[in-house]
Parts: sequence; C-alpha cells; structure tokens
Amino acid sequence: MSWVTKTLSSTIGRKLIMSLTGLFLILFLIGHVSGNMLLFKDDGGEAFNIYAHFMTTNPAVKILSYLTYISIIGHVIWSIWLTKTNKAARPIGYGQSTPPSTSVASRNMGILGTIVLIFLVVHMKTFWYEMHWGGIPFVNYAGGEFKDLYTVVLFAFQNEFMVIGYVIAMAFLAFHLSHGFSSAFQTLGLNHRKYSPAIHTIGILFSILVPVLFASMPVYIYFTQS
Amino acid sequence: MKLTLKIWRQKNASDKGGFVTYPIDGISTDMSFLEMMDVLNEELSAKDEDPVHFDHDCREGICGMCSLYINGHPHGPKQTTTCQLHMRSFSDGDTITIEPWRAAAFPVVKDLVVDRASFDRIIQAGGYVSVNTGGVPDANEIPIPKRIADEAFDSATCIGCGACVAACKNASAMLFTSAKISQLAMLPQGQVERMTRAEKMVAQMDAEGFGACTNTGACEAECPKGISLTNIARMNREYFSASVKSENV
Ligand code: HEM
Ligand code: SF4
Ligand code: FES
Repeated sequence: MSWVTKTLSSTIGRKLIMSLTGLFLILFLIGHVSGNMLLFKDDGGEAFNIYAHFMTTNPAVKILSYLTYISIIGHVIWSIWLTKTNKAARPIGYGQSTPPSTSVASRNMGILGTIVLIFLVVHMKTFWYEMHWGGIPFVNYAGGEFKDLYTVVLFAFQNEFMVIGYVIAMAFLAFHLSHGFSSAFQTLGLNHRKYSPAIHTIGILFSILVPVLFASMPVYIYFTQS
Repeated sequence: MKLTLKIWRQKNASDKGGFVTYPIDGISTDMSFLEMMDVLNEELSAKDEDPVHFDHDCREGICGMCSLYINGHPHGPKQTTTCQLHMRSFSDGDTITIEPWRAAAFPVVKDLVVDRASFDRIIQAGGYVSVNTGGVPDANEIPIPKRIADEAFDSATCIGCGACVAACKNASAMLFTSAKISQLAMLPQGQVERMTRAEKMVAQMDAEGFGACTNTGACEAECPKGISLTNIARMNREYFSASVKSENV
C-alpha cells in the first residue's frame, strides 16, 4: 500500500474523506440555496430559468457539478465502509444501554444520511434528470430560447405529498448538519478554545437556516400557485 | 439497603453467557460498589457457588483495572471509576444491571472480566520515549511552559480503563489513544518518536478492531478522568502531519 492509500484507509483517514466531502457538500448547499432563491422572484420564472440554463451549460459550473457528484458518491461509500467497521467493533451489544448525554443526531448520522440519500434520488429524478434528458417545454426571453424548468418546479409542487416530503427531508438534513458541520472541523483536527465555540454556533445556525430556506420554496409555491 | 443485582455470568471466552439475578440485602450506603460485590461473592462462596469474577486492583481510582458497565454506563452513574463509586449513588430497592465492557477488541475472559491487552499493544506500538542511559539528569533541566506541562499532564491522567471504548457506539479507542499520543507530542521529550508514534499507534488501534470516531462525545462524558475531545483533534493533526511528513513511505 502506498502512504496515500494507507492513510486514507485508516479509521482517521476515512473520517478525513467524510469530512472533506461533507464540507464540499456544505459549500454546494450554499450555492444551491442561493441560486434557488430566484424562485421567489416575481417574474414568471425568467431569472430562475436563465440561471438554470447557466448552471447546465457553463464549463466552470460543470467542473463543480462533477466534484459534487464525486463528493456525494464518495461520502456515501465511505459512510458505508465506516459504518461496517464501527458495527463490527461491537459484535455483542449491551443488555441495558441508556444513551449518555450525546446528541440524537450524532448517534444516528447513518440513518439521517440514508433518508437524505433517498430524498436526493427522488429530487434528482424530478428536476435534474428532467432538465438534462426529460422533455421540458421551452420559453423565449430576450437572450433566446430557454428550457422552462420553472414550470416543471411549479407543477411538481402542486402535489401536497411532494411538498410534505420535501419539508420532512429538509428536517432530516437539518439534523444531519446539526452534528455534521462542527464534526467535520473536529475530524480535521480544528478544535481550539479560540474558534471552536464559533464553529459550533455557526454550525447550528447553518443547519437551521439552509434547510428552512430550501423547505420554504415548495411551501411558498404550493400556497401561491394553487 | 436491599437490592436486586442482574449480573452477566459467562463461564469462559467461548461460553455464550447470560444474565443471572441475585437478591442482596444489608448493603450500607457507605460501601463502595466493589465492596458490595465482595459481599455478594462471600455469600456465593458460602453457598459453594462460583463467585462473580471482576477486575480490580488499587481501588483508589488510579490503576484503571476496574471495569463494570453499570445500569447502562461504564463505571456507573457518576463520572468516576467503579472502585470510587459508592452505594449512596443508588436507592434502596433498586435493580442494578452489571455487564462487562463490550468490544470486539475487549473479549470477555470470564463473567465481568475482559481482556484489555489490545490497549497494551497500542502503547507498545509507540507510547514511549527514548532516554539516554548515564547520569541522572537535573530536575527541571528542560524548560517546559507551565500551560504545556499542565495540558500534557491532563492527557497523562488517562488510566487506560477502557470506559471510553465501552461508552462509544462504535467501540472506538480514539480517546485513549489520543490521550497517550497527546501527552508525549506536547512535551520536548516526546519529539524524537513523534511522527512514528502517531502512525504506529493509530495503525495498531485499527489492527485491534476498534471502531472509528463519529465525534459524538460519549467517551468524554463517561471518562472518569475527564479526558477531553481536544485530544482526538490533536491526534488527527498529529496523524495527518505524520502521514505527509514522515520518512515511512
Ligand atoms: C447534502 C448532503 C450531505 C451533507 C452536506 C453532509 C455532510 C456531512 C458532514 C459535514 C459530516 C461530518 C463529517 C465528519 O464527522 O468529519 C457528515 C457525516 C456523515 N454523513 Fe453526511 N452529508 C450529506 C449527505 C449524506 C448522505 C446522502 C449520507 C448517506 C448515507 C451521509 C452519511 C453520513 C454519515 C454516516 C456520517 C457520519 C460518519 C461517521 O463519522 O461515522 N451523509 N455528513
Ligand atoms: S480516556 Fe478516560 S475512559 Fe478512556 S481509557 Fe483513559 S481514563 Fe479510561
Ligand atoms: S481498581 Fe484501580 S482504578 Fe478502580
């Protein structure tokens, strides 16, 4: 084994992969939520469609999107690998185990992540797949012809099950992030009394703000369009 | 006090084992938990039954030998060692469940006794410093800032009991290993083997079959010596920097 594979397959190295991919996905969430805020713009979806077109055609964004796919796949595969090792480390459990004062999220990252993954599959089928390969109607703006993803979004969020599903999925994402955000820094070895309290506070605020913004989009559309 | 004890009994490493319930009476609140176990064992011996085997040595909270998982907590409900836990922490009529540490790397030997030699092998892999033979060095010859000395000492208070492993949902030994790596990494005496130490102790910890860290903090909450998670962050830094910088390809 080379030193790279040796390091990355150790328990600490595997956590490094979880941390770096997780932090990249956090950056992705910031970009994704900022762009999608255009859904709130009252212009019949013009700004949103132009933005969506840019996101699927710009070469720099392409590179970022490939990094995002790699991060998600890596994060999931490494989480399965870690979880298997962690389960094998205690083949016989306790008869009586009362969980100590640790957060619910930190003890259930695998379950929370799995629910987020199921959401991601549905989410990508509904929008990402449709945008790339589905039969999407076109609209004309000053700049030319654009795929009308906005209408697809409006249509999807007329369905109350879809809206409820999105809100619930975002709650799970919030829990995942409530532990994941600060945990990623601890994994990197960044724990210091100077800045760790700040990381923790920002992590909690982030884990509430971003999922709430995401969840507000289907809710807003459902109530304004029907 | 009158109590009901639900104790894990297991004849040997290959026996399946199971819980056995023992009623016990006449326990004083001033007794330590292990004295209460002694009372039980005397009763069992008098009845010609096999006494309950459990580990202990100093009974002063310094050796790290005692190791009982009591009512869902390693070392019981207080943040102390089992030998320093007193019966006043329980109430008359309580049922107390007593189990061995549970981890693949801590196999049960008999009843409540587990084999913690995996910790010894982690120490052997790198938890030492080189010293020159010769004349006795003067005390305080090497200047060490007070804050560093204090911090290294905090890490050094780990008694190697394994409660961190017992408490962790992943049976991870990171709190123990990181305390040992930290203690030596912070001191001038520990610099010679600093990089190989981090690499070898982590490799040994993985080879023993301990889990990884999810940063839940159960270990820190249960550690009788208050070893903190900052040690694990330091171990990760030591390990990453050793991976990149050490001469071991
Ligand atoms: C946008 C989506 C996601 C983001 C932003 C995210 C972020 C993170 C972060 C920052 C961590 C902390 C890493 C560390 O402790 O060093 C983490 C841990 C974890 N994630 Fe995710 N994650 C996402 C999706 C997923 C998915 C889809 C799964 C699927 C199974 C998953 C499973 C896990 C698990 C099991 C851990 C804990 C690993 C451990 O320490 O034992 N995550 N995540
Ligand atoms: S870190 Fe604490 S719980 Fe773990 S072995 Fe050391 S003293 Fe025991
Ligand atoms: S018997 Fe020595 S620490 Fe408990």
